[in-house]
Amino acid sequence: MSISACPACSAAPLAIEIAAKSAVAGDIILSLPSIHCAGCIGTVERALMAVNGVTEARVNLSRKRVTIAATGIAPEQFIETLEAVGYEAHILDAPMMASVDTDSEGRKLLLRIAVAGFAMMNVMLFSVAVWSGAAEATQKMFHWLSALIAVPALAFSAQVFFRHAWQSLRVGSLNMDVPISLAIILAAGLSVYETSVGGESVYFDAALSLTFFLLVGRYLDHRTRIAARSAAQELSALASPNAVLLVDGAQRTVPVTTLNVGDLIRVHVGMRVPVDGAVTHGGSDMDRSFLTGESLPVHVSLGDQIAAGEVNLTGPLTLRVTAVGEDTTLARMAALVETAEGARNKYTALADRAAQIYAPAVHLLAFVTFIGWFVLSRDAALALNIAISVLIITCPCALGLAVPAVMTTATGRLFRRGLLVKNGTALERLSQIDTVVFDKTGTLTEGHARIDTAAMDQTTLALLAALARASNHPVSKAIAAALPTLNSANITDVTEHAGQGIAANWQGQSVRLGSGKWLGCSQSPALKIGDAPAIPLHFSETLRIGAIEAIAALKSAGIPVHIFSGDTTEAVDTLAAKLDVTSAHAQMLPADKMARIKQLSDDGAKVLMIGDGLNDTGALAQAYASISPASALDASRAASDIVLLSRSLAEIPDAIRTAKSARLRVLENFGIAAAYNLVAVPVAILGFASPLSAAIAMSASSITVLVNALRVK
Amino acid sequence: MNVLIILIPVSLVLAGLGLVAFLWTLKSKQYDDLDGDAWRILLEDEKPRDD
Repeated sequence: MSISACPACSAAPLAIEIAAKSAVAGDIILSLPSIHCAGCIGTVERALMAVNGVTEARVNLSRKRVTIAATGIAPEQFIETLEAVGYEAHILDAPMMASVDTDSEGRKLLLRIAVAGFAMMNVMLFSVAVWSGAAEATQKMFHWLSALIAVPALAFSAQVFFRHAWQSLRVGSLNMDVPISLAIILAAGLSVYETSVGGESVYFDAALSLTFFLLVGRYLDHRTRIAARSAAQELSALASPNAVLLVDGAQRTVPVTTLNVGDLIRVHVGMRVPVDGAVTHGGSDMDRSFLTGESLPVHVSLGDQIAAGEVNLTGPLTLRVTAVGEDTTLARMAALVETAEGARNKYTALADRAAQIYAPAVHLLAFVTFIGWFVLSRDAALALNIAISVLIITCPCALGLAVPAVMTTATGRLFRRGLLVKNGTALERLSQIDTVVFDKTGTLTEGHARIDTAAMDQTTLALLAALARASNHPVSKAIAAALPTLNSANITDVTEHAGQGIAANWQGQSVRLGSGKWLGCSQSPALKIGDAPAIPLHFSETLRIGAIEAIAALKSAGIPVHIFSGDTTEAVDTLAAKLDVTSAHAQMLPADKMARIKQLSDDGAKVLMIGDGLNDTGALAQAYASISPASALDASRAASDIVLLSRSLAEIPDAIRTAKSARLRVLENFGIAAAYNLVAVPVAILGFASPLSAAIAMSASSITVLVNALRVK
Repeated sequence: MNVLIILIPVSLVLAGLGLVAFLWTLKSKQYDDLDGDAWRILLEDEKPRDD
């Protein structure tokens, strides 16, 4: 790069180079569910750039990801680096994400909008001159110039409509794109003919503004949809791309795809298990919360089965592979999501339902007009001219904007309150829900269990704190985190018993903290002081902010609330009692959750599912509408319609209210479009339509629809 | 009206320049992370000016 006198000039091209760089092979992509501001971008990029060997780290805040260009560093190391600065990170499979990330369709739409906009503005200038009285040679020249700009611009920009119209015609159906394409083609054709014979009816500006506004509507629609990428794709990308293979005692890092059933693999602490397997060596605690919803880690030892997607927390494990690729639990879950998504896609958007009535009606009207005028005047050219003007006037400029404009306002309003709407039809579906199902761990609660200390005296607490702080076990860590201000008791001779607990010496007595089985107690974990009976430790979970308010508001609105959880009956019942929810179901497998939601739907309920774990993805996709908190994994977020960016659940009843208001505005907009047609169509049929009246009617109706869209509450 | 012969091409060229500039921004992927770009302006420059 050349040296420039002004720092801004030399910095600018660099910024562009970085921005232009997309994910290439060898790049590492991490999902960062918790980033949200400039501070986060700065911290993450600085922390990653400080790692030796990193040449570039670029955060994409919209997608909550970071792309890292580095050589010879394992992705796990970056996860540790980011955890050290306080950010949760997950590995995404780079080649797979690169294929979904390039939004080439959106870029093409923008390109078409730009061309249509450019042509529209220039042609409008000529049209204004013609309408205000340019005549004879000037008028003719301006018409030819308009044609010169409009015809190639239309041929390029309106291709989207032509292609969709053709696709729909080929299978013998009519969608909104058929009358749109016909109107554009006929308007351009008629205008070229009129220009060549020196006539007055030149509709280039109408054809271009129609194309421009409809493309804008199409792009708004696309934007809301692109955020909602296929959940299944992200689920697969989440699977760890690499595994540590053991060959004759030596460790080798290989791609997961090369593993076979029967291979021995090593799973280090902090790693996500890449395939299903059975433990052949070592023991550890596994975090299964994303798979099962259990809030406490589960201990595994020799012979235990481990599913892909679990996270190893405490000790290295050697696994014998029992299932790879498509057969793993994670892949089977992805398949569940795929089938469930197919069911949701059957929902027909309001706009499409309107088109099903509108498209045949418009064609019929234009055809009848042509026949009528031909019978009356015996002049085919005149009849055709009037029939085309009917098509142009009725063309659904307002109808095309009716839905996207309202949706853009509503999603913008919700975004400012911390709700990200990702699916185009999400709000329509949300406005109709009549049942709400909550997941427990991570959704109604913060996801981390806290110890309930109400029934313990000071000495017991001090001992508990001392023992818990001496251990690295995740349960101990959870206990220690709940007792941060306590002075711990003086204990000596601390020994850790793997898979059982921790023991120490206190004033000549033996004190132990560990599993119930080890200490002769019916519950786990427990604390035993000397020879006294073991004290069972109860865990309670911290409620998410706004959970009580949200459930109360839903119930007062007459919407029944259920809790579906994978956690233990005890944990679920305690929480349900606290939240005053009568229908709470515990120990549900992912498939159970899906089946229950399907059953509710079959009984006629429209279910809103709110959940965060991998075990909820199937249920999220199965439900009529779904919301997941931002703390959820990418896969669950991708399976849901709406992501809750704020910590508080209290926004959910408000979101339902906004959705209802948005639906009402959409219906009103359809009403406005219909009313406008009621006035304009008879004028056109009677043959009084002129290019100027078409332009005025089109802009007036579009503006009314846009203004009405702003009334969404 | 002869001035039109100059003015019309001039207006077309100017508008065309705007179009080309837009296409360039599109091609250099400046619309990929609009949320992030909005925040990035608040970040402090990591390297102070040399002069």
